[in-house]
Amino acid sequence: MIAELGHFALILAFVVALAQGIVPMVGAARGHGPSMKLADTAAVLQFLLVAGAFAALVHAYVTSDFSLVNVATNSHSQKPMLYKVTGVWGNHEGSLLLWALMLTLFGAMVALFGRNLPDGFRARALAVQGLVGVGFLAFMIFTSNPFARLDPAPLEGNGLNPILQDPGLAFHPPFLYAGYVGISIAFSFAVAALIEGRVPPSWARWVRPWTLAAWSMLTIGISGGSYWAYYELGWGGFWFWDPVENASLMPWLAATALLHSAIVVEKRDTLKSWTILLAILAFSLSLLGTFLVRSGVLTSVHAFASDPTRGFFILVFLLAVTGGALTLYAIRAPALKPGGLFQTVSREGSLVLNNLLLAVATATVLCGTLYPLILDELTGAKVTVGPPYYNLTFMPIMVPLILALGIGPLLPWKRGSLTSTLAKVKLAAALAVLGGIAIVLATTDAPVLAVVGFVLAFYLGGAVLIEFAQRVQLMKLGPMGALRRLFGLPRGAIGMTLAHFGMAVSVIGIAAATGFAQDHLGVMKVDDTVEIAGYRLTFRGVEDVPGPNYTATRGRFEVEGVGTMLPETRKFRAPPMETTEAAIHSTIVGDLYVVVGEKTGAGYATRIYWKPFVMWIWAGGIMMAFGGFVSLSDRRLRVGAPVRRAVAQAQPAE
Amino acid sequence: MNGKYRFLLAALPLAVVIGLSGFFYDRLGKDPGELPSVLIGKPVPEFTLPGLEDGAPGLASADLRSGTVTIVNVFASWCAPCRIEHPMLTALAKVPKIRLVGIAYKDKIEATRAFLGELGNPYALIGADVTGRVAIDWGVYGVPETYLVSPGGEIVWKHVGPLDETVIRGELLPRAEKLLK
Repeated sequence: MIAELGHFALILAFVVALAQGIVPMVGAARGHGPSMKLADTAAVLQFLLVAGAFAALVHAYVTSDFSLVNVATNSHSQKPMLYKVTGVWGNHEGSLLLWALMLTLFGAMVALFGRNLPDGFRARALAVQGLVGVGFLAFMIFTSNPFARLDPAPLEGNGLNPILQDPGLAFHPPFLYAGYVGISIAFSFAVAALIEGRVPPSWARWVRPWTLAAWSMLTIGISGGSYWAYYELGWGGFWFWDPVENASLMPWLAATALLHSAIVVEKRDTLKSWTILLAILAFSLSLLGTFLVRSGVLTSVHAFASDPTRGFFILVFLLAVTGGALTLYAIRAPALKPGGLFQTVSREGSLVLNNLLLAVATATVLCGTLYPLILDELTGAKVTVGPPYYNLTFMPIMVPLILALGIGPLLPWKRGSLTSTLAKVKLAAALAVLGGIAIVLATTDAPVLAVVGFVLAFYLGGAVLIEFAQRVQLMKLGPMGALRRLFGLPRGAIGMTLAHFGMAVSVIGIAAATGFAQDHLGVMKVDDTVEIAGYRLTFRGVEDVPGPNYTATRGRFEVEGVGTMLPETRKFRAPPMETTEAAIHSTIVGDLYVVVGEKTGAGYATRIYWKPFVMWIWAGGIMMAFGGFVSLSDRRLRVGAPVRRAVAQAQPAE
Repeated sequence: MNGKYRFLLAALPLAVVIGLSGFFYDRLGKDPGELPSVLIGKPVPEFTLPGLEDGAPGLASADLRSGTVTIVNVFASWCAPCRIEHPMLTALAKVPKIRLVGIAYKDKIEATRAFLGELGNPYALIGADVTGRVAIDWGVYGVPETYLVSPGGEIVWKHVGPLDETVIRGELLPRAEKLLK
């Protein structure tokens, strides 16, 4: 019964979305107030309905209602409660419902907190948001109904893929989806602006908080996914350039570019057409990710059960959303006139450079993701594009990006001097090069790419600190004065510093963990000892330990100065599958990572890794996201902050 | 930049998206796991495999030249997709005039027996390839893998990964019917 209510709520949400997509749009064109107002009510109602449907599905999972196909295929009565709940979005239909939930939540938030937007603009933006919702809800209702019944109901479910039975799954997809879907707001705002035919500087001020929120969530989602892969897959890798990882990285890169180009729109009233294009592309890339994962067009560890019918639907949807927006863009963009001017060497100039590099980086990832498909289509040859491709293409783009990132914030607006700005960072650059030389001397066979990474990270960290010291006038006012100034700084500036510094922290982690990792792979007998990175590990054998829905083979390693490390191999019963649970001893300078495998001869296959500074990768990611949230709390950007009017306006006669 | 160029530039992203969509449309329904095999169109490799019980018939290359259309399914009890695929094989075994045989790949004989005991045995003949040597000759890429063999013993088609309804209806059965004519 509850499932039918959920299904019904979904259908109602579809009808509401349809109304939200059409009525306010017509109303805005005719200047009819009540029709425009409908957008707000519809957006909130649509959210409540989808939330009701979502709650119904959660209820079915929690009560193990195997009369639902979705629950029977993906859940199991013996599964721990946490994974019953997270199992809701561990499958195609449920994850779509989560998508729709996030989408409607963002729409409702615009309706509730977007009071500062002009009525006509808000109505149009919400109408576009409604149309996107129509597509998603139709997709669910017609091809992927999460509430489909199964008759007769089986006594037991098939179980959730054990790899997904992990706290990582509880938090990683919701953040990722919030990020993907949050960008839809930027998209809707861009389309609304194109319909109105003008992009005022205030447009950038409206779109930035939403993009910033989405970007921060996406950053957390990507970092979380990468950390999950690191500890769950048992290889100690953190990024595999898997097509689906790329699908999340591309919108992130585009959103990063959008955040920066919106600043130029706001400050200089120019770069409008490019910024609008970025907003459209960022969301299109999120949809492309969805298409690639769910259509069966490419193979990936993340791919959902593939189905060409669904693929066709998403493709049509993708074409309608992207194609529609870009058609509008082709008609309206040539008429968008650039406003203020600036010199090449200026803050604006550096932001344009940032955009160019990020756009090229996005294109590189897109090419790497689609190239195997295109080659297969043309020649029938099967290739995989892996790290070697990205090391050759993506990494070299990151070098100028980081170099520019160090200088950019130090450049004055409108017109700057390269020599005087370079002079400011020369200390950071010199220390970075010395640091690089020290690393080369202190280690043997240091990989070039890793050393370059370290030098760039030192330079960037230094440049960010120099910029910050200059901003709080540390040299002029002394520590106490600087502290006082710090509290007076706009939150946006603090957020930027945090985000940029987080980038430096991540780069150190990536360079160290890829360039200076140590490993010991081999069969160990009981009481064998291995030395790695100054740790002495003694293998004390294995024992079988029962878990709630699996049996674990638990290895016991005694590590001097650390204690006991207990890696496991878990054999799940439903579905029958094995997962590795690495034992990880994390410290600020690196992780000791131990995996125990199959019995081999007289011993057990073991993998022991030393991953220096690996936690810094995710610490940097969290720092970036935190910077985003700090920036979001800035008064000037705050969602729904009242527009300060210079002149008191007369009350219009109604 | 004059107006015409501005328009062309603004229309460029649209053109790219339309082009990509057309390409994706063409890819839909094509299996990214479909690998070309050098053995397609060639006779099956020479091999003899023992059966699952002492004295039970195994599988040999001669069995594949016996004048019937044969589907050779390579499977293992330890492979999760094989379990998923199993109901499809059970259905396939009921198709008249087509024989389904299996090669148990790198699997202990008892494990294979337990697997088939649990799920049912759809195979007319089974060869146990405990060491995986024969699979090398067949060019097995990963289990499950399925081959269509002509009455004369020639490999006609190959599929990597679990069979599903789309593959069976769209690719396997039409090819098998052509061989039966």
